[in-house]
Amino acid sequence: MKRPITLKINGQRHDVLVEPSATLLEAVRDQAGLMGAKEGCGTGDCGACSMIVDGRLVTSCLMLAVEAEGSDITTIEGLARDGQLHPLQQAFIDLGAVQCGYCIPGMILAGKALLDANPNPAPDEIRRAIAGNLCRCTGYTKIVEAIAAAATQLQGATP
Amino acid sequence: MKRFDYAAPASLREAIDTLRQRADGVRLLAGGTDLLPQIKEGGLWPSHVVSLRRVPELRGISFDPSTGLRVGAAELLSDVAAHEVVSRHYQALAEGAGIVGSVQTRNMGTIGGNVCNAAPSADTAPPLLVFDAAVVIASRDGERQLPLSEFFLGPGRTALAPGEIAVALELPPPAERSGSVYQRHTPRKIMDIAVVGVACRLVLAPDESMAEARIALGAVAPTSIRCPDAEALLQGRAPSVALFEQAADAAREASSPITDVRGSAEFRRELVRVMTARCLAIAAERARLLSERTCR
Repeated sequence: MKRPITLKINGQRHDVLVEPSATLLEAVRDQAGLMGAKEGCGTGDCGACSMIVDGRLVTSCLMLAVEAEGSDITTIEGLARDGQLHPLQQAFIDLGAVQCGYCIPGMILAGKALLDANPNPAPDEIRRAIAGNLCRCTGYTKIVEAIAAAATQLQGATP
Repeated sequence: MKRFDYAAPASLREAIDTLRQRADGVRLLAGGTDLLPQIKEGGLWPSHVVSLRRVPELRGISFDPSTGLRVGAAELLSDVAAHEVVSRHYQALAEGAGIVGSVQTRNMGTIGGNVCNAAPSADTAPPLLVFDAAVVIASRDGERQLPLSEFFLGPGRTALAPGEIAVALELPPPAERSGSVYQRHTPRKIMDIAVVGVACRLVLAPDESMAEARIALGAVAPTSIRCPDAEALLQGRAPSVALFEQAADAAREASSPITDVRGSAEFRRELVRVMTARCLAIAAERARLLSERTCR
């Protein structure tokens, strides 16, 4: 039976009605209408559905929506501020790290979770941080470069 | 996903009651990284899912030099891997917990889930075995403790009876001069499942002989296993490359791998030999290094 829950997504409260078996990904896309997170594999292998829940990067296809009640949920839609893209988003554009785009919301959130914990990561640390996010277009090099560039910018230096 | 009923008890007592009332078709949910794929794709269809997320008794990592380490079953793999005491005194466990899946997997998956899912390739199992870990199990009748070596019964099967919940893992205190390591072989560096996993722990006596030796293997038998014959070869003797090679041969004999998509049985047996010798050398080196610095 469906139950009413309140999800706090990007600082906003969303009252939604979900089956207990509904995933957080389904609730965010189908109920809250935020389409940034994607479903790729549905089994936690590809990372396209990645969100940040209470400061931790998770695959929202493996989290029940009811389990996320009371948590702070960040999706890709929550990164831009006052029409200004987040430095990670801008770096992905500037450095050509985006091709088809399907993995990018998850990839950028993986980058954000990394930089929140480790503001100055080595290339190998970046690669480990995005190991759960598959991209079938780019070969990852430009993605790693974009995260590194965003790290530099966030630290206040010139990229 | 297939529909099921859901409960999120707020205490261990309530969780045990909920589990008992819904005995048939009930599954416990911890991190969900194993359970949800099984429901989505593995043919599992529980009528009820009982979430352990809000059960405080399953949380916490505590250490006491006289009693050892207690890790709540619902502690996240990422927190176990990053814990200072675990990294310092239970290094093989930090390495095992730190290599499961991806960042996302470790931020959701729990140590209790990794153990209770009982995959032969579980990365925390060989490390926990070399530390002589025990599983604390709760039921309506109270608590019991079972050595982890008796907990695994087969792939996906454990000694947990219906109505029982794994509450914590308890590891004895670290010895003064000890070193441990976990390594696994995978075609990919990360986000893969062990073809072979090897954990070793050595304790050095003041005369440099090995006061204690532990070797455990993953992914080469129906469960993670200890290698008592290989351990006995090391006990009381001085570490040497030749002796480690002998023990590695014995570990190879203790393994009974299958051929599957990840590797042939023959390849796995050879990996056991090579990796055991390597891990024993690393454990010995770490025991020496740790004894040069002050322990604790």
